[in-house]
This record gives sequence, structure tokens and C-alpha cells, in this order.
Amino acid sequence: MTDTAPPQQVTSGWRLAVRSFAQNRLAVAGVGIIVLLILFCFAGPLLYVTEQVAVDPVNSLLPPGGDYPLGTDAQGFDVLGRIMRGGQASLQIGLFAALIATAIGTLYGTIAGLIGGVVDGIMMRLVDTLLSIPFLFIVLIAATQFSSTVLSLSLILGAFSWLGPARLVRAEVLSLRSRGFVAAATVMGATKPRIIVRHLIPNALGVVIVNITFQVADAIIAVSLLGFLGFGLNYPDVEWGTQLSDGVSHLFEGAWWLIYPVGGCLVLVVMAFNFVGDALRDSIDVRLRRR
Amino acid sequence: MTQYVLRRLVTSVIVVLGVSVITFMLLHGMSGSPGRAILGVQASAEAVAAFDREHGYDRSLIAQYLAYLGQLLQGDLGHSYKLNQSVNALLADNAGRTAMLAGVSLVLAVCVAVPLGVFQAVKRNSVGDNVLTTLTFVAYSMPVFLLAMLLIQVFALGLGILPAQASQSSSTFVIFTEPRAMLLPVLTLTGITVALYSRYQRSAALDQLAQDYIRVARAKGLSMRMVLTRHLLRNACLPLVTLIGMTIPLLLAGNLVVESVFNYPGLGLLFFNSLNNQDYPVLLGYTLVASVLTVLGNLLADLVVAVSDPRTQRA
Repeated sequence: MTDTAPPQQVTSGWRLAVRSFAQNRLAVAGVGIIVLLILFCFAGPLLYVTEQVAVDPVNSLLPPGGDYPLGTDAQGFDVLGRIMRGGQASLQIGLFAALIATAIGTLYGTIAGLIGGVVDGIMMRLVDTLLSIPFLFIVLIAATQFSSTVLSLSLILGAFSWLGPARLVRAEVLSLRSRGFVAAATVMGATKPRIIVRHLIPNALGVVIVNITFQVADAIIAVSLLGFLGFGLNYPDVEWGTQLSDGVSHLFEGAWWLIYPVGGCLVLVVMAFNFVGDALRDSIDVRLRRR
Repeated sequence: MTQYVLRRLVTSVIVVLGVSVITFMLLHGMSGSPGRAILGVQASAEAVAAFDREHGYDRSLIAQYLAYLGQLLQGDLGHSYKLNQSVNALLADNAGRTAMLAGVSLVLAVCVAVPLGVFQAVKRNSVGDNVLTTLTFVAYSMPVFLLAMLLIQVFALGLGILPAQASQSSSTFVIFTEPRAMLLPVLTLTGITVALYSRYQRSAALDQLAQDYIRVARAKGLSMRMVLTRHLLRNACLPLVTLIGMTIPLLLAGNLVVESVFNYPGLGLLFFNSLNNQDYPVLLGYTLVASVLTVLGNLLADLVVAVSDPRTQRA
């Protein structure tokens, strides 16, 4: 990340960011892991067809081997196929929740930052208030009110995790507004909408993109916590947290294959998103790039 | 300085009031009428309405909120109709054990994370630093319950040297009287907290190492050990104070999960059981207390930083 373009060559900021990102091996590995896991969960079931609705009590809790590469669970479901199915839900919820949170947060933060003054003060005190309520507590309380579906879980998680993005975007908008290049554009006669569209949004976008990646990682962990505590999807649907919670009851019978493969996938995907987020932050924020 | 403290105090009070509005609205919206809760599902609608009128639950929302706020100011968090006990008594019964578990884990985590972060910063990019960074990154990307399950699998089922369940004793000091039974819960909570803090501690120490005062101290002829313990450690700990204040919600969430996994009778397990009973007065009572703790934590952290860092006093 020490390279900078030769001065005579004009390279756009985004291209520089992509180049710096591509040089980060961990980030590339992270993208690779995410792509592979998405393929595994969404395309995998097309190649590796398993029964995931009708229970099969005769073949319950079989260890890995033979017809079942990762064994079967207490209902007789093939664990490998189950991980794919659970992964679909976990990844979907993680992405949806992150997008919802980012959309609300970006809008809220931009409005607060642009209007400023008393409105900004009131809007930000509301964010302070909501932030002081522990996230897991309020999300669990909300979950008691709804039957769990991919949509409802995404909405619940998204509805309570936009506070971070809102603060970030507001701070970014506030600092961008007072920068020299915005003053320069104003002096050159740019209209307010043009300044917002051409200068504020492209410059604030970096922060937003970085934040989405971390939001996905956090939402995947959060939904696994909800699933583990009994507020996950209902049979025949499943997500990784519920799968792990089902596995716990058979841990004492030595059924390790119900825990390690799912747990491994979960940690891997969260780590991958965190890697990508770290690298994006380093490559998009020019101030960090030289370090 | 006084102005800063005053302003922080005022915003904290506003935030706490805001939280009370939210918990009141949730309590009102989710748990239905207290008349129904007390008289049961078989009571007639008239009887429920009469009960609510008699106890003032049919007044305007604002009047009811003011009554709720008045109760809160007197320290009354409400009543659990499901358990027929006051929320205060329920929380007080369990608070000691949770404070003990969370407190011991937090102290242990700080004692591990601070030297770990400084070590990593001094030996940055060495094999040791990379191994530790990877380990903390894995732990950081792991849901709490997964770490708990791995520890149970290894220490309770594999090696068979520790019990898989926390002590069921009602004593507050169970961590000290039955340390073996509490080792796994404490280890889990400490583990995730170290993963959370050591990353920050490493970068805080890195920032400090680049400062001029370190070079001056070295130039004076102080040994590296002296520089680290006398000069760097104090300054590198300041961000951690803010971090502890900021991460109280995460610590409480971790505590909630750990208590549920290890079946440790504390506030977390009470919350978990209340979720399944849909016992909203208890849920929102604990949420309110947790939020106040969070606000106090942030306030305290800001004040400590303001007092100990003269640069912030001018701002």
C-alpha cells in the first residue's frame, strides 16, 4: 500500500482505491471466501440434492461417512445440505439487515448533517438515546412480538442497527461541507444540488461502503445469537444459529459434526467480511493509504 | 471544564429520560393491559375495563407516562405479573451474581488485553504479533455461544476436567467459593472481551510509540522497559477507559448469552427466561437499568479522560 501514482499520470481516486485493495492479500482472500460460500450455499443444493423437509428418524445422528459426508442431525437431515440451507438464510438476513440499516442511517445522517442546528441536535440526541439501549436486549424483546422469517429478522436487526451509520455519515457530511473543495465549487457557481450530487455523495460513499461490510458481519453474528437463543427461523427453515443450538443438545453424545462444520462456516464468513471491511477502509481512506 | 461536565450531565439526563419514554411505550404497546394480566384470560372485558379504570390505566398516555416516571424516580421498576414479584426484588436477587461474573471477567480481560496490546505493538509484525492478531481476530469473529461451546467441548467433554454447567449456588461469591465450576463461564466472557480490547490496545500503543515523548525518554537513557511501564502504559490506557465505557452494552449482551449457555442464575438468565414467558415488565425493567448503566459508563469514561488528559480540558 506504499505505492502512489507518478504525478504526471492522472488516476481517479476510485481506481487507486481498487488497486490498493487488490494488493491486500487478506482482502482478496476475504472476497474469495465470501464468493465461495455464497456459491456453496446457493448453487450447492443444485448439485448436491438432499431431503431437507421430511424427517428421517431411522437415519438420525449418523456420524460422517458413507452417504452422508458430514453425517446427519437428530431429525435425520443430511448435515452438509443443512449447512447450505441454513447458510442461505444467514447470509440473506445478514445482507438485508445491513442494507436496511445503511439506507436508514445514510438518509438520517445526511439530513441531520445538512440541516444542522436545532434539528440536528434533536436528531442526534435520539440516536444517543437509542444507542444507550443494549442492542441485543432490544432486538430480543422485539423478536418476541413477531414470528421469525427471513424478512422479519432482517427488519428487526436493520431497524436497530442504523445508528452507527447515521453518526458516521453525519460526521462525514459535516466535515465535507466545510472543506475547501466545496467552497471552491460554490465560488465557481455550482448549485446546491450539484454540490450534493457531485461532491458530497461521492466523497461520503467510501465511509458508507466500508460500513456496509462491517454491518453484514455484525448482522450475521446477531442473527446467530437470536437463533441460538430460540428466536431463529422455524422448521423446516433453518439458519446457522438455530442449527448450532440444535447441535448443543447432542454435544454430550459426542455428535461433534453438528457443531464444528457449521461453526467453522459462520466464523469464516464473519472473518471474511471483517477482512474486506478493514482493507476497504485502508484503501478508500486516502489518509490511511500511506501507512 | 465545569461547563463541559455540566453539558455532559445535562445530555445524560436527557438521554435517560428518552430511554424511559421508549421503555414506557414498549411496555404499553407490547404487554397489553395490566387488568388483563392480573385478572387472567377468562375475565370479562367489562371486568378488565373496570380494573384498568380503577387503577388509572385508562388515562391518557401522557398521564400514564408521568405516573410511570414518578414510580421510576422513586426507584420502583414495576411488577412482574407472571412471577407475582416486584421487578426490583427480582433484579436485586440476581444482580450480585451477575456483577461478580461480569466484574471478574472484565478485570481479567483488562489485565490480559493491556500487556498483550503493548507487546504486540512493540513487537509489531513479528511472528508472535501475527499469531496473536490472528487468534484475536478469530475470537472477535465468533459469536459468544460458539466460544462457550468449544470450551465445553474441550474442557468438559474432551478432557473432563471442568463441569459444563455453572454453579447453581445462590451465593453472590460463588466465583470464589466454587472456582472450578465458574472457570468456563469466566473464561468465555474474558476471551471475547480480550478479543474486543486487544485490537484497540495494540493500535493505541502503536500511536503512542510514535510520539516524541517516547523518543525523549529513550534519549534520556531510560531502558525500554522503563519507558514502557513508566511512560507508555499510562497514556496507552486512556483509550481503553473510553472503550470500556462504550462497550458496556456488548459486555451485558455477552453476559446474557454466557449465563444462558452455562445456566448461571443471574440477570442474564432471568432475562432469557422472561423472554420465553413474555414477561415484559422484567425485560424492560432490566433494559432500563442496563441503559442507565451504559449512560453512566459513557459519562464516567468521558469525565475520567477529561480529568486525566489536559488536552481535552481546553476544548
